[in-house]
Amino acid sequence: MRLPCPLCGTRDRREFYYQGAAVALNRPAPDAGQEAWENYMHLRDNPAGRTRDLWMHEAGCGSWIVVERDTVTHEIFSAELIDAD
Amino acid sequence: MAELIAQSPCRDLLPVTHGTVTLSEVDPGNITSLSPFKGKAATLSDALNSAYGLRFPAPGRSTGKEGARCLWTGRHQAFLQGPEPVDSLKASAALTDQSDAWTVVSLEGADAEDVLARLVPIDLRAGVFKRGHTARTLCQHMTASITRTGANRFQIMVFRSMAATLCHELGEAMHMVAARAGRP
Repeated sequence: MRLPCPLCGTRDRREFYYQGAAVALNRPAPDAGQEAWENYMHLRDNPAGRTRDLWMHEAGCGSWIVVERDTVTHEIFSAELIDAD
Repeated sequence: MAELIAQSPCRDLLPVTHGTVTLSEVDPGNITSLSPFKGKAATLSDALNSAYGLRFPAPGRSTGKEGARCLWTGRHQAFLQGPEPVDSLKASAALTDQSDAWTVVSLEGADAEDVLARLVPIDLRAGVFKRGHTARTLCQHMTASITRTGANRFQIMVFRSMAATLCHELGEAMHMVAARAGRP
């Protein structure tokens, strides 16, 4: 598999570290309640199809990117830099 | 005070030549990482321009030339290689001294691209990776910075602790490329 790093171009999968579902970008508010926090911490989908994941280009530019891809066809739809803001 | 003698990372390891390719150590002078503060990228580039006549590089590019070079090395980061950092840079960027932290070598020769093709998972052929282009990628299992500094010449940087491994891996690849071509 190859991933299109927005800074470096298309690179081999071995250059990337896989973190997991991009749910980590949607952190609940501190007072969102127990259920919201439990879901955020522990609940993950296991889709056969489109998924959004966090990857880090650890052997390249060091950027964290969100990759939208299809787990069935391996098609890559997008790869975007995550802003530090 | 003790008299200390500076020793380079590849001391006793280089230079080495196999076939058309020579691997030699480069003394890069000072290496300083430059990370522009938020919104200060243009100010930093201007400060670099007035101090050294070079600009902050775009991703995948280097600026300047032998003796004073600026290499892109990651998101919002570049290495100033050669001169000491002037004080005017400190207003617009976080600076760290990286001198002595890196092994810097030069791989030069007609078959240099073929040698790197055995170790590096990106296309470094001249049509794609031109003079001044730079990349953060892997050299075998080591994270590296690779820059084309000439028609048949590359600068390769890895962490200092990996000097012997880098020389071994490149040396083996040079040996095999030369053997395939039937060169001594």
